[in-house]
Amino acid sequence: MKKHEIEFKLNGDTKKVEVESNDVLLDVLRYKLGIKSPKVGCDRGDCGTCTVIMNGKTVRSCLVLAVEAHGADIVTLEGANSRKWTQRLQKKFHEKNSFQCGFCAPGVILSATELLEKNPKPTTRDIKEAIAGNLCRCTGYEPIIAAIEETVKGK
Amino acid sequence: MDLQKLITKTRKGVKSQKADEDLLVVGKSVLRVDGWEKIKGAAKYTDDLEFGPGLLFAAVVESPYAHAKIKSIDTSKAEKLHGVVKVVTGRSFTHKFGLYMTDRYVFATDTVRFVGEQVAAVVATDPKIAMRGAALVEVKYEELTPVLDPVKALEKNSPLVHPDLKSYRHVPWFFPQPGTNIAHWRKTRKGDLAKGFKDADLVMEDTYTVPRYAHCAIEPHSVIGLLDESGRLTMWTSSQSPFTQRNVFAQALEPFGISHKDVRVISTYIGGGFGGKAGVSMEIIGAALAMSVPGRPIKVLWSRAQEFYNTYQRQGVTARVKMGVKKDGRITALDFQLYWDAGAYVEYGANVVNAAGLSASGPYKVDNLKIDSMCIYTNLPPGGPYRGFGYSEFLFGLESHITRMADKLGMDSVAFRKKNAIKEGDTLPYGAHMNPNGIREAIEKVEKEIKWGVREKSKDPNKAIGKALVCFWKSPAMPPNASSSAFLKFNEDASINILVSGMEIGQGLLTVMAQIASEVLSVPVSKIRVETPDTDRNPYEWQTVGSHVTWGCGNAVKRAALEAREKIFDLVQRVHCLDKSSLYLEDEKVKCRAKPDFELRLRDFVINGIQADDHTFKGGPIMGSGMFMPEFTSAIGDPETGQGGHPNVHYTTGSAGIILEVDRETGKMKIKKAVLAVDCGKAINPDLVKGQIVGGLLQGFATVLYEDMRFSDKGKLLNANFSDYKIPTAMDMPEVVVPIIIEVAQPDGPYGARGVGEHTMIPAAPLIANAVEDALGVRIKSMPVTKEKVALAVKNRKAVTVKREA
Repeated sequence: MKKHEIEFKLNGDTKKVEVESNDVLLDVLRYKLGIKSPKVGCDRGDCGTCTVIMNGKTVRSCLVLAVEAHGADIVTLEGANSRKWTQRLQKKFHEKNSFQCGFCAPGVILSATELLEKNPKPTTRDIKEAIAGNLCRCTGYEPIIAAIEETVKGK
Repeated sequence: MDLQKLITKTRKGVKSQKADEDLLVVGKSVLRVDGWEKIKGAAKYTDDLEFGPGLLFAAVVESPYAHAKIKSIDTSKAEKLHGVVKVVTGRSFTHKFGLYMTDRYVFATDTVRFVGEQVAAVVATDPKIAMRGAALVEVKYEELTPVLDPVKALEKNSPLVHPDLKSYRHVPWFFPQPGTNIAHWRKTRKGDLAKGFKDADLVMEDTYTVPRYAHCAIEPHSVIGLLDESGRLTMWTSSQSPFTQRNVFAQALEPFGISHKDVRVISTYIGGGFGGKAGVSMEIIGAALAMSVPGRPIKVLWSRAQEFYNTYQRQGVTARVKMGVKKDGRITALDFQLYWDAGAYVEYGANVVNAAGLSASGPYKVDNLKIDSMCIYTNLPPGGPYRGFGYSEFLFGLESHITRMADKLGMDSVAFRKKNAIKEGDTLPYGAHMNPNGIREAIEKVEKEIKWGVREKSKDPNKAIGKALVCFWKSPAMPPNASSSAFLKFNEDASINILVSGMEIGQGLLTVMAQIASEVLSVPVSKIRVETPDTDRNPYEWQTVGSHVTWGCGNAVKRAALEAREKIFDLVQRVHCLDKSSLYLEDEKVKCRAKPDFELRLRDFVINGIQADDHTFKGGPIMGSGMFMPEFTSAIGDPETGQGGHPNVHYTTGSAGIILEVDRETGKMKIKKAVLAVDCGKAINPDLVKGQIVGGLLQGFATVLYEDMRFSDKGKLLNANFSDYKIPTAMDMPEVVVPIIIEVAQPDGPYGARGVGEHTMIPAAPLIANAVEDALGVRIKSMPVTKEKVALAVKNRKAVTVKREA
């Protein structure tokens, strides 16, 4: 398999890494760069647990070829932990018992962060749509949505 | 011991417990102790653990046939591939194993029994090389006729999935029928069935079917195995049952001289279980590969597709219900036949069948009863535990049937349920007696919440609104000696580490255990650390299944905390000459009722002891240990009737209701309101209980509205991914969910608590089916109740009406 050297920004730092043509971004982040918050859930873009922010937009990192990340700005939850909206959301997620097993949490939090950074006054429908690509099997979504709504209200 | 005696005995002891209003931590919605770790993305799951550059990866060679003889396996091409370390087949592992019945192999040896079954594995330095290697393994098969339908599997000329059934070892409460495909037949008989039907004013019989379902935890199964040079096998597994896994690994690897002390299972956070990560499924492959390549850690990570077709699935069932009732609504007889599609191996699944066979009366008093619950081998993936453990499956038929019978009698179906609902002390199907419960209160609260009896009209004339109320119950299905234990140790600053092997699977176990210890020892939850287990360091826990850990592990933690408290009081009595009975703990201090000015901070002595007048130190590190085993249970009853044993510890009961809007033309459904009231004895953490209710209900609604495993006529699973097997997204939520907590104390539970985890998903299916009939007058008797089925049923009824009128 052909090797490529790619360079991209990861949570503010510049990373250089050698990848194969068919490597996906998720595997490079997890197994080559030690970034563990994006998880492997379905490997085909269905579950959203591998969500990362790429050039300001959430993407499924299992569907992004590593070579496509060359020159990109990638933010994972490790990096987003210091962002204002992420922190506000996290406080509410904790208070509302929003996650149980926690496996989907990094993806959901990044999707919610993207939503509020772009639209700080979303409707409930906007919120549901924003996280509709992140599957959660534990919570029934209700405490996740309640936490995002409370973050919006600034309670 | 009879439960009733135990209840009476325990009740006498209740006085010494704190009254509810005195509880400071138990009963409060303390925030999760694992909350921040998970929300920051710092929580580690099995596949997040690092093993360095020496880590090897495995890929599995799978059977393309549902039933075939293996003629030959040629591994030579794979072995030659650069980067392949080893190819392992069933030739090295001929020993059968299993949890309740030894019917499984590590790899298929001479026969494959389902599509996707592991035949060999390739270990390589890179996952991609392992995959390429697996594709190079050449297996020749001779196809056999597959057994795909459980009812046809009972026919005399059906091929046998396990011709050697007679030689399999199993627990004494299973009754296999060698020479057939029946792996276990649970018979429960009570009263006089013929008389019950004779006394009935109305008898109705019908069949209900439930397909197979997948757990769909978002984290796939994963395992890393390492056999080190000292002969120790360490397994890092995503598991609900680290100790049961250790036991099964030791059993399966016994021919290699491995004993329990050599096996260490480490389970970190798991990304959802729902029963799917109980027992041992794919993890055995990791153990076998570790044995085959000593000195190197080897990872097996299941893909989402494998997650669907080669882990435990929820078994399908064909349920024939025949019920007799009096005009006044009293149930006089119930004949319930359950034919379970149990799959290729039933070492765990047969116990699901057993559990249903003991309890398929539902939470009703039925004096004349016959239940046949039959575990039938098929050439489909192995069935196993799934949240609800058989109860969701039989409840679909039972609660559908009850509503239909009440309607036929012209009786209100809620009044019917109230009339028959089980009471404390009533005789259970197997002869023991029912525990205290709040089922009536649950029914009344749900009835009120959905405004039962009030017809509602949709604003949209194309839509109709239907309502339904059903009841549920469930008991933990455990071996009679399933036990829990706990260690608790103080640190210098009076903070505490609790060691248990109950698993945090999202339900909040760690938080609840901290709350129980906090209540006893007056140390705040923020100063208590409880973590996921390592079987070498943490004490025994049977499994985190059956909604039993709040009760079982909670009892063990409470006893450990009480033992530590006892040691503290003993020490203070000895050094300060204060009467032990006058001592109590408050705000991390020992205080004395007889001497109000006395107080001693825990942090001043729990490690380094108390200095006596002669300047010597007394005491030492304070620790507590606790164990719990329900000593009143027994799995041994009459094989022909099930009478005489006491297989179940207690039942959690409740009721659920729904207001459902249905499109008259398309069948599309919208849940306007869902209500679930559950009697959890004591909600140690009400927010966590609510979390179980809201999440469990949606998982239940998913099985009836969206999900359904589809197999080809060759037994191949057709929808092994989330595009074709759809689980709910945030767009699919009910409009409103109302959780209701009922608290009728469980006498032998910690602070009166009993389990709640599974119960919240059980009532979902009959709720939908009954509400659809209430709305549109059509009855769907097979799950799932999809909009297509509803629309077609409406269309067909119209066609019939038109025909009749013509």
